[in-house]
Amino acid sequence: MSEQIEKAIARKYDAGFVSEIESDTFPPGLDEDVIRRISEMKNEPEWMLEWRLQAFRSWLKMKEPDWAHLGYERIDYQSISYYSAPKSMKDKPKSLDEVDPELIRTYEKLGIPLHEQKMLAGVAVDAVFDSVSVVTTFRAKLEEAGVIFCPISEAIQKYPELVKKYLGSVVPRSDNFFAALNCAVFTDGSFVYIPKGVRCPMELSTYFRINELNTGQFERTLIIADEGSHVSYLEGCTAPQRDENQLHAAVVELVALDDAEIKYSTVQNWYPGDENGKGGIYNFVTKRGIAHKNSKISWTQVETGSAITWKYPSCILKGDNSVGEFYSVALTRGRQQADTGTKMIHLGKNTKSTIVSKGISAGNSSNAYRGLVKMGPGADGARNHTECDSLLIGDKCAAHTFPYIESSNPSAIVEHEATTSKVSDDQMFLCKQRGLDAEKAVSMIVNGFCKEVFKELPMEFAVEAGKLLEISLEGSVG
Amino acid sequence: MMLTIKDLHARVEDKIILKGLNLTVKPGEVHAIMGPNGAGKSTLGYVMSGRDGYELVSGSIEMNGEDLMEMDIEERAQQGLFLAFQYPVEIPGVSNMEFMKESVNAIRKARGEEALTAAEFLKIAKEACKQVNLPLDFLKRGVNEGFSGGEKKRNEIMQLILLKPKLVILDESDSGLDIDALKVVADGVNSQRDGKRSFIVVTHYQRLLDFIEPDYVHILADGKIVKSGGPELAKEVESTGYAWLGKPEEAGA
Ligand SMILES: Nc1ncnc2c1ncn2[C@@H]1O[C@H](COP(=O)(O)OP(=O)(O)OP(=O)(O)O)[C@@H](O)[C@H]1O
Ligand SMILES: [Mg+2]
Repeated sequence: MSEQIEKAIARKYDAGFVSEIESDTFPPGLDEDVIRRISEMKNEPEWMLEWRLQAFRSWLKMKEPDWAHLGYERIDYQSISYYSAPKSMKDKPKSLDEVDPELIRTYEKLGIPLHEQKMLAGVAVDAVFDSVSVVTTFRAKLEEAGVIFCPISEAIQKYPELVKKYLGSVVPRSDNFFAALNCAVFTDGSFVYIPKGVRCPMELSTYFRINELNTGQFERTLIIADEGSHVSYLEGCTAPQRDENQLHAAVVELVALDDAEIKYSTVQNWYPGDENGKGGIYNFVTKRGIAHKNSKISWTQVETGSAITWKYPSCILKGDNSVGEFYSVALTRGRQQADTGTKMIHLGKNTKSTIVSKGISAGNSSNAYRGLVKMGPGADGARNHTECDSLLIGDKCAAHTFPYIESSNPSAIVEHEATTSKVSDDQMFLCKQRGLDAEKAVSMIVNGFCKEVFKELPMEFAVEAGKLLEISLEGSVG
Repeated sequence: MMLTIKDLHARVEDKIILKGLNLTVKPGEVHAIMGPNGAGKSTLGYVMSGRDGYELVSGSIEMNGEDLMEMDIEERAQQGLFLAFQYPVEIPGVSNMEFMKESVNAIRKARGEEALTAAEFLKIAKEACKQVNLPLDFLKRGVNEGFSGGEKKRNEIMQLILLKPKLVILDESDSGLDIDALKVVADGVNSQRDGKRSFIVVTHYQRLLDFIEPDYVHILADGKIVKSGGPELAKEVESTGYAWLGKPEEAGA
């Protein structure tokens, strides 16, 4: 039966098409000049350039981390192009009518219509294509509520005070190798500010698309939820099917001020490479939020794509009574490798964190959960609960769990549960005896395994995530 | 003929379990199969339904004139074969409701019928749930997840009621049931007797057969049907056991 299960999960990648769009792309290579040119292209103020250069100088002194449970050929950072923008974006379009129709078609093919009348009701979208933000929808409606949702390049121009205050405040410039690189060369991303006491009237979402060959994508997201405010944000990602590996090194920073709540969901479906491990995105991402008094940060991720995923969305629970959550589904198949998890840093009193991680490995893939729960000396009465489940499909894949617990407060409680299970022959037999084919059976069993995480996603996206898993597991059954 | 099994030899791993089994079942008939532990009763159900690892060595199985061994597991189910499991397995996180809806619709699709909508399905699911005396929240719970032994058996009968198969194999659907649950299961099964649907009832106990009256009773021992008769044969077994078979050490060896 296992053989059949394996065939049932052969790969197919729907978002793998390439768009024919004329682009301005820098030649490969990275030095201070390239950074100056990026900054110039973006018409940035001097302080921003300086910030980038400092990051670059510290990056030069840093070493690429090798502690993760990942195997890949070292990346040649000089062979990557650090800037690519659709030509038509040069004089930034004022409205959607001025955007290259090919670009709009690209997003439509991905199921992300950018025309507001066609949009999912109640979801504002920022679309980032290669290095630049293409369009942000529903801006007027958001402005009415006082919500700022715009490309970060625009925020640097329009809201320099907010950007200066918060950019790099959660993930410092020299935090890690990939974050430092991002600080030096990031080209765009989304910026969100929710004013005091405001409940953002709609879901905010960003869709990232890498199109150009040999380009890296380095986006930067900064979300600030002012006191007592509330926002739910979703990012989605796809890339064309190419034989070369492409680098994606993003940084996301969340700031939840007192009594605020940020819910950040990701559906990551970068191209994973073919069944022999050729091509695919290297996804090295730093995501971190800081939670002030009584605030809450919740990360939910569904990771099905990328050749390599290295990602640990984290919460610094600084304020008393703050809450951090991490709900994750990571599915690897073929030759995919994922090393993902979270860090919950409890600093304030009575802080609480919940970690639910569901790893699904199929084919020859490798799936590792790596999580740190740290209880600081001031974290009186803090609590963590971790649940870490692995599901194996077939017997050539692997699942690993690396939980780290550091506690310097005896009153803090840390609970950890871990299970590993297989899609069993008995389960497959039951499903088939009831008339279901192998594909349907596997996808149903896997979806059931992920239920706890899916219920954390916004409604529209829970359905999307379920379908994505189903497509990821699709294939022929022998 | 609903079912025709001729000189069936089947093996599990390297071991021949069924050694020349013959059985014919007409539409609407109920056949009880009894026999010592390890005789091959469950194996017969698995071979018929196509479970991996249960291999046909020789002989044939036909259902409604079609060769079952040529079909995939799901195809046999779609053609109307239903097996109520001796040990129902759990599928965590997949709601009973969703599981049964997918099953019913897969089978309807194979028959060229339209899929039921969520609302239509909910209605018949609720009825079936009541019929086997399970609280309605069992529809929302994961398939067999945390169900007691008796609840699992009743859940199998609920699936039987919803799937409307042609040929039903009940593998010890009575084991582990209290007397009330036994009646519920038997009533559930009896409600599905319509003169066309056929049943193979595997059991160790006469008391189930008090409720589900069989047309025939067969004794399966050491991979063969060694004796057949009417309902009185079950009563005989109840009082005398299987000692008359002789060589008990080989029966389960
Ligand atoms: N996977 C297997 N590997 C080896 N032997 C097996 C396997 N499955 C079944 N058997 C053997 O086949 C024989 C028949 O088993 P089966 O489950 O069909 O018996 P049964 O008549 O249903 O018994 P019971 O009344 O206890 O349910 C037993 O000796 C059993 O140990
Ligand atoms: Mg048995």
